[in-house]
Amino acid sequence: MDLLAEIANGVINGDDERIARMTRKVIDQGTSPKTILDDGLIAGMNVVGERFKAHTIFLPDVLLAAKAMYAGLDLLKPLLIEQGFPPMGRVVIGSVRGDLHDIGKNLVSIMLKGAGFEIIDLGNDVPPETMVESAVRNEATVIGMSALLTTTMPVMGQVVEMLSQKGLTGKIRTIVGGAPVSSEFAREIGADAYGFDAANAVDRVKSLFNVV
Amino acid sequence: MALTLQMRWTELRVSSTLSDRTPLDQRLASGEILVADGAMGTLLFERGLDPGACPESITLAHPEVLEEIARLYLEAGADIIGTNTFGGCPLKLAAYGLADSTNEINTRAVTAVRNAVEDRAYVAGSVGPCGKLLTPYGDAKPEEVYGSFLRQVESLIAAGVDCICVETMIDLTEAKLAVRAVKDVSPRTPVTASMTFDATPNGFFTIMGVSVADAVAGLTEVGADAIGSNCGNGSEKMVEIARTFRSVSQLPLTIQPNAGLPHITNGKAVYDETPTFMAEQARALISIGVSIIGGCCGTTPEHVATLRAMIDE
Repeated sequence: MDLLAEIANGVINGDDERIARMTRKVIDQGTSPKTILDDGLIAGMNVVGERFKAHTIFLPDVLLAAKAMYAGLDLLKPLLIEQGFPPMGRVVIGSVRGDLHDIGKNLVSIMLKGAGFEIIDLGNDVPPETMVESAVRNEATVIGMSALLTTTMPVMGQVVEMLSQKGLTGKIRTIVGGAPVSSEFAREIGADAYGFDAANAVDRVKSLFNVV
Repeated sequence: MALTLQMRWTELRVSSTLSDRTPLDQRLASGEILVADGAMGTLLFERGLDPGACPESITLAHPEVLEEIARLYLEAGADIIGTNTFGGCPLKLAAYGLADSTNEINTRAVTAVRNAVEDRAYVAGSVGPCGKLLTPYGDAKPEEVYGSFLRQVESLIAAGVDCICVETMIDLTEAKLAVRAVKDVSPRTPVTASMTFDATPNGFFTIMGVSVADAVAGLTEVGADAIGSNCGNGSEKMVEIARTFRSVSQLPLTIQPNAGLPHITNGKAVYDETPTFMAEQARALISIGVSIIGGCCGTTPEHVATLRAMIDE
């Protein structure tokens, strides 16, 4: 158990080399990959998420923690798949068409991975049809959309509309976020959820999966 | 022959700019309060800039729009007018496939403002973030980011700007690289450097965790001539930020608030702070001793004109 706490601490401190070493060690000792993920990597990212929410750490700390988390996750992934552990859920995420800003989207993506979700990151400037197609093809149940520009926000509404036209409303849920986006706007376009920051987005995605 | 004449004319004009105008840093040192312009992006969108298009692409297609905007801010009474080059470093332009046009985009943007204002206002070359995160938390190497700023700044200075305005920075290392690039190209070109802060329960920090005190130390170290904040906040929060800057620095301060934080009505961004409200808040900035007062997102020539009138009272 001590080693798992050390892994969690390694994530918090962004020590990627140490995480890779430690993860290999606990795998060799026979600890279940699911336990390493939950009590090591995710436990660490949860602390990172809390501290980020409380403004005691900032974006660079989260990015370094994410790097460390991936160092462990890359080793665990094949084992998790081999043992048939499904991810908590699959989320397609991207900055909408016309929007090249991706810091916020990347942050949400990191936090969702850190919470155990499987993320399909389509990058930025993603056309609405690509979002919908990717969600259908990958059997994702949530589409996350980010916009930093007031001028690109309407694209979010187009995705919601497209899902409705294809009869996918309720089957694929939508969450929106980004500096100019508000809960009023989310309601206005018929999105299922709005995340006001990265940590809040994770909570909202969790609740979307509970109702899906 | 024609070419020689044209070159002579350019040289003459550049030298007359230098001799006729007191350099910006001297006027700042004298304690004068200068008015900077308001938003560029807001006005570009009103004039048909496509959502999601590269704002700098308008410089190549419609430089006359930039002249018009500069003229509006000049008539409103701005002393310092920025160029449409916020995203004009090659690293940022590369996202739109325009890195090869770096020199043309920056040169033409300066020319447009200079045509409009001649010697009646300072032309400030705008330099915004490069859009990449630096190592170790991102992929961009410091020398790559520095090189990108250097290319932009060389074009801006060669085209005859009076000063460089490094703005909306959230990463102190990146901000310092930009200021260094200016000072390496031309030590005598004044640089204003401003960052974007968020209010947290523990004080003001950029998204990257830079405190006001950190910003002051870092930007002072690389030789910025004026430091401060722009964007991200309305006037009231900016007064608090200015006060925090003043408590740790005696350098001239530059403060450019948004006209409040935007909310969306009928799919459009609306900024609520009126010209009168912002001018009233600017009184507090003056009493703190801010040297350059202007506006960021959502501010218009009307905001600048009201501010000018208040200061001239």
